[in-house]
Amino acid sequence: MKHGQYRFIAGFLAAPLAVYAVFVLWPFVQSIYYSFTDWTGLSPEFSMVGVENYSRMLEDDVFWKSLQHSLLFVLLLPLVTIGLALFFAFMINVGGRSRKGAAVTGVRGSSFYKIVYFFPQVLSIAIVALLFQFAYNPNSGALNSALKAVGLDGVQPNWLGDPGLALWCVMAVLVWSTVGFFVVLFSAGMTSIPKDFYEAALLDGASRVTTFFRVTLPLLWDTVQSGWIYMGILALGAESFAVVQIMTVGPGGPDYSTTVLPLYVYMKAFRDGQAAYATTIGVALLVVTLAFAAVVMRLGRRERLEY
Amino acid sequence: MGTTSEYGRRDVIKRAAAIGLIAVPTMSTLAACASGDGGGDNKVEKGEKSAENPLGVNASAPLDVVIFDGGFGEKYAKDAQALYKKKFPDATIKHAATQKIQSVLQPRFNGGTPPDLIDNSGAEQMDMGVLVGKKQLTDLTPLLDAPSIDDPDKKVRDTLRPGVVEMGQFDGDPVWILYYAYTVYGVWYSQTALDKLDAEYPETWDDMLAVCEKAKKQGIAGWTYAGKHPYYLPFSLYPFIAKIGGKEVLDSIDNLEPNAWKHPAVKAAFEAYYELFRKGYILKGTPGMDHIQSQTAWNQGKALFIPNGSWVENEAKKTTPDDFEMRVSAPSGLDSSDKLPFGTLWASGGEPFIVPAKAKNPDGGMEQLRIMLSEQSSKNFTQQVSSLTSFDGGTDGLTLPPGLTSAVAALDKAGDNIVNPRIQDWYVALQKEKIGGGGIGEMMAGRLTPAEAIKKIQGYADAAAKDDSIKHYKHQ
Repeated sequence: MKHGQYRFIAGFLAAPLAVYAVFVLWPFVQSIYYSFTDWTGLSPEFSMVGVENYSRMLEDDVFWKSLQHSLLFVLLLPLVTIGLALFFAFMINVGGRSRKGAAVTGVRGSSFYKIVYFFPQVLSIAIVALLFQFAYNPNSGALNSALKAVGLDGVQPNWLGDPGLALWCVMAVLVWSTVGFFVVLFSAGMTSIPKDFYEAALLDGASRVTTFFRVTLPLLWDTVQSGWIYMGILALGAESFAVVQIMTVGPGGPDYSTTVLPLYVYMKAFRDGQAAYATTIGVALLVVTLAFAAVVMRLGRRERLEY
Repeated sequence: MGTTSEYGRRDVIKRAAAIGLIAVPTMSTLAACASGDGGGDNKVEKGEKSAENPLGVNASAPLDVVIFDGGFGEKYAKDAQALYKKKFPDATIKHAATQKIQSVLQPRFNGGTPPDLIDNSGAEQMDMGVLVGKKQLTDLTPLLDAPSIDDPDKKVRDTLRPGVVEMGQFDGDPVWILYYAYTVYGVWYSQTALDKLDAEYPETWDDMLAVCEKAKKQGIAGWTYAGKHPYYLPFSLYPFIAKIGGKEVLDSIDNLEPNAWKHPAVKAAFEAYYELFRKGYILKGTPGMDHIQSQTAWNQGKALFIPNGSWVENEAKKTTPDDFEMRVSAPSGLDSSDKLPFGTLWASGGEPFIVPAKAKNPDGGMEQLRIMLSEQSSKNFTQQVSSLTSFDGGTDGLTLPPGLTSAVAALDKAGDNIVNPRIQDWYVALQKEKIGGGGIGEMMAGRLTPAEAIKKIQGYADAAAKDDSIKHYKHQ
């Protein structure tokens, strides 16, 4: 390396790193600091209280419920969304009946499906949540009307009003609104897999299922892993907050059956005037997020395939 | 094929994911709000006190007002500001209206530069208990003891409706909040719908069940309510409890006394309401409906009764049929052994106005409130938004819409039997989320029996009484 090159690189990196430090790292440090105070968020005065907020959090039933729901989100949502997205992407790109001239194609009308799947992605999550709120209306919503139309008058659930169903309703909305993005992401990955691999597999008599697990998935692994992290963050962060806050009873109900960590942070900070306690829960959320990323990185570590 | 560009793209996604990972749980906005210094004490100089200017307002000092721009809009406030400007032509008035009270004002409180007058209302209302506890508010006693605009011989405090001054107090004498609007809570119904059933508003619970049965035969539900916000149910349930067992029952509930919820009056009221569920008098799907959806179903004649507050007339304007004849009544009693007469009603202040302790021109803020509490401004408000104000009177000569007319009549009928459960503003989380959502709402959806609901609610109340992270209050 030439003399002065490091200085040159550092010159370029200084500005972005400074921005990163001021707007990302510093607030982190601040939040952790505030979690040891009794700051209300409504006055500039506060004092240190040590670990009081943390011991209170450990005894807080609502916190544990929120944590439980957030963990369920982070385990289930990526699994379902990415599973569905992989299936759809495979059908669009590879799963079709073989036609003349091409060894692998998508099902009929695949380019149309690709656009349709992506469509929810262009809607803001707030709008999606509002639309589904109408659909879930037990009295005149689309779902119960549809059930009635097919003669199921007796089956008219309360959807969001039922503690046993509400959390699943929320998850369904999140899956619906995010699966399209991953279909497009995985489609892009699949088109870059060389066609001769598929031709070779087909010549050897591999079925579609085998092709998927032996050819497509291994070659797509990096993309899947990134998607997994991305989806997990979505399930822990802003998206889950928006859907729960807009759609559910309470919000967070009925009877705390849908409350999630980001919502609880928000309620404590902006409704109850307990900003310090809210930052404490924020720190817990940070730990969960980091743990999730670490686990995914660890489990996903595989030898990278060159092609 | 595609190696370098492939890895480039993947790395970008990975990096983006990593940034998202770091950014998501940040509390950056929250944290950035804090840590301003207290700000110096830089109030404007006091003006000369006179009969016209009893608060000693500095006539040339600027006035800074922030109004919650919700159901009542901001026009009434602007009209009142015009009157202020007429009185003090040299003053410049800075007016801001927002729905996001807390987002807009939190940084200003933390920086020590809050406005002079705030309508602290709406979903982003700043917690009053915290503001009071942290000494962020000005005591409004000088305003209450100042002569009123209409009659110099009468103090402002003597022109207000019952309970308004007490609602502004937390611990002891200082009055921190002035509630400008006045809300009547109760059971709302359509006179037309009752006429069609050839029924009258039931004064006892047996009659209530009879009317519901009659409606059920016609395919109409007796009750609906905001199932997604079950804290609407107490609007009629709490005065019902007071009617059965006396006001003390509600006071002991507000005071978070042990076993307050185990009182026989609470049990009787809960069992009566549960009867509505058990007999199938509640509109199907109600537990999954929000306030608008339930009000709309009620407007469409799918249910007879709905517990609500007097804002409903304005809020449901678009869906209310012309011949609806909206009415409000005090809740039906249980039977003749009730302690209080029929007519016992929940009425209390809304739209809490505050003057921050660190306001530069607190006298100006209070003077603006004094102007708003004149008969002229009060009438203007009532006419614009069809709601009463805390100013006692101010409806003479106005043509009020049917719902508000019946609200005024209900207030007259109630006389002294007005209850004002403070649990709603003292312990917001307890009242809305726990008692409302976890207890009463679950019972009305049929998922808890009255006995289970009472036990659960008593548990919530006991936990709140022990929780030293919230400030506790007692009835004086």
